[in-house]
Amino acid sequence: MTEPRISFDNVSRFYGDVLGVNRVNLSIPPGVTSLVGPNGSGKTTLLNLMTGLIRPTRGQVRVLGLTPDRPEELFPQVGYCTQFDAFPRGLTGYQFLYSFLLLHGKGREQAEEQAWQALQRFNLTEAAHRKVAAYSKGMRQRLKLAHATAHQPSVLALDEPLNGLDPMARAETIALFREWGARGMHVIVSSHILHEVDRISDQVILLSHGYVVAEGQIQGVRSEVTEQPMQILIRCDRPGVLAALLFQQNHVVEAAIHPDGKGLLVRTRDADSLYLLLNRVVVENQLDVESVAPADENVHSVYQYLIGPHGGTT
Amino acid sequence: MNAPWRLWGRQLTGVLRLELKKSFLSRRGWWIYLLALGPVVLTASHWLISSRGHWGEHSLAEDNRVYAGIFQVFYLRLGIFFGCVGIFANLFRGEILEKTLHYYLLSPLRRELLAISKYVAGLLTAIVFFGGSAGLSYVFIHLHYGPEFEEFLFQGPGLEQLGWYLLVAVLASIGYGAVFLVLGQWFGNPMIPAAVVMVWEAINSFLPPILKKISVIFYLKSLCPVDLPPDPHGPFLSLLTLDAEPIPAWLAIPGLLVVSGAVLCYAARRARRIEISYSE
Repeated sequence: MTEPRISFDNVSRFYGDVLGVNRVNLSIPPGVTSLVGPNGSGKTTLLNLMTGLIRPTRGQVRVLGLTPDRPEELFPQVGYCTQFDAFPRGLTGYQFLYSFLLLHGKGREQAEEQAWQALQRFNLTEAAHRKVAAYSKGMRQRLKLAHATAHQPSVLALDEPLNGLDPMARAETIALFREWGARGMHVIVSSHILHEVDRISDQVILLSHGYVVAEGQIQGVRSEVTEQPMQILIRCDRPGVLAALLFQQNHVVEAAIHPDGKGLLVRTRDADSLYLLLNRVVVENQLDVESVAPADENVHSVYQYLIGPHGGTT
Repeated sequence: MNAPWRLWGRQLTGVLRLELKKSFLSRRGWWIYLLALGPVVLTASHWLISSRGHWGEHSLAEDNRVYAGIFQVFYLRLGIFFGCVGIFANLFRGEILEKTLHYYLLSPLRRELLAISKYVAGLLTAIVFFGGSAGLSYVFIHLHYGPEFEEFLFQGPGLEQLGWYLLVAVLASIGYGAVFLVLGQWFGNPMIPAAVVMVWEAINSFLPPILKKISVIFYLKSLCPVDLPPDPHGPFLSLLTLDAEPIPAWLAIPGLLVVSGAVLCYAARRARRIEISYSE
């Protein structure tokens, strides 16, 4: 049986003459997937397309086999925390969640129970009976997350979900995302905070100017960026000796001794060859190697290579 | 097949809960409350002044005709008309301005049902405001006649007249509500199309028969229980109140319901195509 996926099949969306996203082909598996890209790159457009808030100009979106233009089928499965920081007037946090759970067709008791569960999940129980208008930005953000998750969806679309959260709430929320991802939910997160994306994501989708620049697990995406040499940090006792040996290889572009004198940062065009060579060099020279790890297999580096000031996209 | 009526009923009730709270407590709706309250204040003042004998000589029949004028000119042409612009045109547009419509669109709610639920909420609001206002004004304008009014109400044509006025107010809300729900979906600012509809309704008497029927006032005028004599001071009021081609109630009521139903169906279908673009 094939696993349920979120698919974009040659999807384009234009706002008049302005490009939102163009020719997007994606098949997103369960787990935490981060949409990464600068402002205006199409992250929110993808989430809005996925949830039917806007329709594609061309192509087709399917979420677990469902089309977003049938909200009655889609939204028992999907929750969306948007970037819009507005709430219906005059409601308390509890009334807001309860009222919208009723729209899910829940009975009064079930709606009440799930509203309290959601409030509890995001530490809002004390503020539950206060008007949302009196909430701080962080509380409103948590309420939006509570709204997106209250009906226990299996797909979560989250647009900059950590905005306005204090460090403690960020850590707790990230832990929740990871937990949901590990449980097999689809958690699609749009974020520009790259170090947090690194901590959250099973896979990333890099966007620039409405195009998908790269997608997949971050290691895979990094290895495809062949024009940028891989950076590998080798922690060892004699980095100078190692540097001299490695520099003889054509694929090694740069080798810099770490400021603490106990490591070597190597930039290479052929990481596999480097690893093979390293095994031999270490044994022959009796080097004491503490660790060998890629130094730029992270979202930040990939983002810089593909999208940032030195990136290949324009 | 599992009938979805139970689910739809729950969802409709859910939308009504949210919408009615907004309709009755809206800061933006202050002018609608004033429109509904205005004639009540005026007729209540008339009752207070007349009951102290300060209004001069006049009869119940005269006040009854004055009320007919107020109903046809104020309620039908202004109060209910603009009240419905304010209530129904803002059902979607108001939420777009406040950036809250997406909460509905992210619920497992058929968009058609959303449009109909919002319409029902608007209708209840309009009926409470304008049906209530028309009923209260009718009572207040006659109240100072005391036993004479009681006799007119319960032994004479009063209660029947009141019933017709209330029915016309409800039908007007149904008809204009459907029209302005659609205009609210079409236009960012509904006041200009509302003005066009107002002119269309005003020139209804002069339209060819087929076009007359695409109108709300065409059906309502015939249902008003008291005819107004031609205005001796000018053609303006006559234009608004005269019914050149009266149609029977058995045709007018279903006719208006059919026209309103067709417009509402269109609004429901159109709701299916709504997209969120708050920045526009």
